[in-house]
Amino acid sequence: MCIRKLTKLFLGFVACVALPYASWAQQGESHVGKYTGRADAGKQLYYRYCWGCHGFRGDGNGENWLPTGSYPSQPYLNIQPRNFATATFKCRSTPTGTLPTDEDLYNTLVRGVNNSNMPSWITLTSQNRADLVAFIKTFSQRWKTEKAGEPINVPAEPALTIDSIKHGKELFTKLECWKCHGPEGRGDGPSASTLTDSNDQPIRPYNFSQGSRFKCGTTNHDVYKIFMTGVDGTPMPSFADVVKPEEAWDLVHYLRTLQVTHKSPELTLWMSTKEGAEYVASQRVRETPTGSGVQ
Amino acid sequence: MRIQQIFLAAVAVLAAATMSAGAPSGGTVTGKVTYTGTPAKAKAIDMSKEPSCAAQHSTPQMTETAVTGPGNTLENVVIYISEGAPAESSAPSSPATFDQKGCHYAPHVLAFQVNQELKVTNSDQTSHNIHPLAKVNREWNKSQPPGTPPLSEKYDKPEFISVKCNIHPWMHGYFAVLTTSHYAVSDANGEFKLPNLPPGKYTLTAWQESYGTQTQEVTISGGETKTVNFAFTAKPY
Repeated sequence: MCIRKLTKLFLGFVACVALPYASWAQQGESHVGKYTGRADAGKQLYYRYCWGCHGFRGDGNGENWLPTGSYPSQPYLNIQPRNFATATFKCRSTPTGTLPTDEDLYNTLVRGVNNSNMPSWITLTSQNRADLVAFIKTFSQRWKTEKAGEPINVPAEPALTIDSIKHGKELFTKLECWKCHGPEGRGDGPSASTLTDSNDQPIRPYNFSQGSRFKCGTTNHDVYKIFMTGVDGTPMPSFADVVKPEEAWDLVHYLRTLQVTHKSPELTLWMSTKEGAEYVASQRVRETPTGSGVQ
Repeated sequence: MRIQQIFLAAVAVLAAATMSAGAPSGGTVTGKVTYTGTPAKAKAIDMSKEPSCAAQHSTPQMTETAVTGPGNTLENVVIYISEGAPAESSAPSSPATFDQKGCHYAPHVLAFQVNQELKVTNSDQTSHNIHPLAKVNREWNKSQPPGTPPLSEKYDKPEFISVKCNIHPWMHGYFAVLTTSHYAVSDANGEFKLPNLPPGKYTLTAWQESYGTQTQEVTISGGETKTVNFAFTAKPY
């Protein structure tokens, strides 16, 4: 009886002292697979590798964006580095307006951000990157008051068919993707030239015909996530409320065919049809470089 | 049993009577919002890129950074109690609705309460993306093609949020997310009314999207009506 009482007391003590400590400790941590990142370790790395662009306070106003002694400021970068203080992130697996998961941030560090100045940080160890994720999260209070969003459900990819590509094409028209991305996905839609990001900086829609890597990953799964979660902080909205999951895969298949310079099963299948072959051929002509040697 | 029922019914009737009679016994603040100086001239918006919207306007839609009325009055100014407001028990159950019609936001400034449902509808034959540029609240961005059901959202912190549609760059609006239920948006004559104020000392704040905020103190004792006017200094740019 007495021992039982003591155990209860002890458990109560543990709950009172240890649990708040655990939740406190968690705020300076990140969890990516088997790695547990620690903010204090990430801090050392941040002030060695990251602050030149992302700034002392993580607000994206580093030396490379706001060089001292030049007025008006002449940035070395063409795109402002991410401002961690607002905790708005482009590449997420979570719905628009929610915080990304630790893994999302980690993946951005692995991948880098194509068409920007953010390199891939594969030179760091996995532990290093997990530590950096933990530190990046200390720049906004949002990580203390909110949980990361629940990753969206991505159903298994159905088999690729011509019907799927054709239906995707209809969706591209119906959802008015072309308003920004252009009727042929060349990034030249009627609204393209007016677009600005949430900091009023001009921003260009993705040009599919160039076939460059997507900002948030290269797989079909990544493409699915881009338009279903939206690219927060940019004009790209989330279509999660208006596109059914099975339809979303059709759109993915069609978007691949717009990457006319990028070999993919979707493009090969599309080109096997008369409609697709003619269309792609007409696209490729316009990709011919001009200059010496061109007659 | 029967007597009890009658008694209960009588209590209910009495309670209803006192409640409905209780409401107008509060104080009221009315006023007018005016400007001095020269406000920016409203410009005609070119909607030729979206013919289905352009066709809905017989005269061109004008920009709304400062909407003026007769006698140097200002429309679309949010007037609310910023200090001293009685605590709110819960957000109203009816949603605040924000419509996109003719590539134009109606209303231009929508005031509603923290945690109140916000319903966004698209009455157009074109896609819009609703992109409220929240800084304090979460920033989300959603596509709404024609014929899709209304979007339902909530904000959990007070904030003035600029709203835009990236597809139609001329579309601008504001969400005024407030903690108090005592607010008003000035009408076409620059007039506003805050009824049902319990006795107390209040700070009134008026917010205009281009000219910022102004505050004034007002004390309400009983069922009186007090007049509080605001005057903004207009800037021509």
